[in-house]
Amino acid sequence: MTDLFSKFDGLIEQRRALLSTGVTDPFNLVMEKVISPTVAVCNGRETILLGTYNYMGMTFDPDVIAAGKQALDEFGSGTTGSRVLNGTYAGHRAVEDALKDFYGMDHAMVFSTGYQANLGIISTMAGKGDYIVLDIDSHASIWDGCKMGDAEVVPFKHNDIEAMEKRLKRIPEGAGKLVVLEGVYSMLGDIAPLKEMIAIAKAHGAMVLVDEAHSMGFIGPNGRGVAEDQGVLDQVDFVIGTFSKSVGTVGGFCVSNHPKFEILRLVCRPYVFTASLPPSVVHTASTSIRKLMHAADKRAHLWENSKTLHAGLTSRGFKLGTETPQSAIISVIMPDLERGAAMWEALLHEGLYVNLARPPATPAGMTLLRCSLCAAHSAEQVQTIIGMFERAGKAVGII
Amino acid sequence: MDRAATAAKIAELIEPFNKKGVAITEATTFAGDLEWDSLTVMDFVAAIEDEFDIIISMNQQAEIETYGQLIDAVTKLQG
Repeated sequence: MTDLFSKFDGLIEQRRALLSTGVTDPFNLVMEKVISPTVAVCNGRETILLGTYNYMGMTFDPDVIAAGKQALDEFGSGTTGSRVLNGTYAGHRAVEDALKDFYGMDHAMVFSTGYQANLGIISTMAGKGDYIVLDIDSHASIWDGCKMGDAEVVPFKHNDIEAMEKRLKRIPEGAGKLVVLEGVYSMLGDIAPLKEMIAIAKAHGAMVLVDEAHSMGFIGPNGRGVAEDQGVLDQVDFVIGTFSKSVGTVGGFCVSNHPKFEILRLVCRPYVFTASLPPSVVHTASTSIRKLMHAADKRAHLWENSKTLHAGLTSRGFKLGTETPQSAIISVIMPDLERGAAMWEALLHEGLYVNLARPPATPAGMTLLRCSLCAAHSAEQVQTIIGMFERAGKAVGII
Repeated sequence: MDRAATAAKIAELIEPFNKKGVAITEATTFAGDLEWDSLTVMDFVAAIEDEFDIIISMNQQAEIETYGQLIDAVTKLQG
């Protein structure tokens, strides 16, 4: 008998070798107690959270929590059904209305996770004979959406406008085309030149999908994302987003102005064949989204935090994923997985949690310590974080 | 371009990517013999696509395991 697990032997060995050095398993951390959007207790120690994507700090907002509690009392713990059968409650409609208002768009469709939103929209929109042109650094949910559909998949080099245009030009006349881009790429925290790319996509007759998971609530005058910031949101056919970052709960969505959009509710399998979000989740989400519409002060403070951390880590000799702060993600490039894990553990001992990211999630085989800032981090906390990085970096020999 | 001319051009293009200096035959496999990672594959595919002005989609790439299959595919894609 062939052991079907044998395909994982390489990874099992890599993990064994890493853990045999005595390092704490970076992929097995437990948050024992969560004190606020920026502080939790891990291994009995109070720890500053710098790897949560909780960009706007909405998880403990009193209005958001009150809405969730009320929904639990009034609608129960779960819907036990699909959106198209018994799983659409008043709250699901309310959160779709909140999204339409937030983005100023005609249609909104809520999925159970952001992963399912990409999976569903991409696999349903681009079918046999159609072409998907996408950035090579796209998120796993985008790749899985491509794999699930039957379209021809054509990747181009990360953020390379010319490479994208060349591929669009070569697509056979008359074929359907979907260009898939992200506002913020979550591994390095860099943004896409959406204005130029979308103009080219439109000139070649392509429809455009932009994943704004890591920009919602923060980037753009109204927090609508990078496309809004670059003045091209009206050119985007599908915006994909999530409730699990700035919104502070879980769920995914697509907003669009396309007049035929509503038919997707009947044909999009990851929307139809799964249970809808619990009432408490959709009520917390709609309350949070409506508050994010008026969060300009928090957005400004988050930008300050991002700039301060970027400058502080650069001046202390760390190599970062971007030359300038472009989003709320600051990625610190590690020389290899071993020293990355050692640095991660040293930071944890200092009382700081960041994400350890490694291939295949990362581009070019890099090991990264990915920091995501929160509008609820105080200026003092950011200074404390820089000090922790400096001590840990020296202890591990990275700087 | 016929198969022989296509093969000659591809032999030229693969050179900078064959960092280990593997002796390439039509039976050489990209994943096994050349041990290319996904980024190298992308750059090599882009070089071929630009040279011949074609698209080799990921779906088509999945069918191409050997060097000989690549020459066949590029010859065919030029129509």
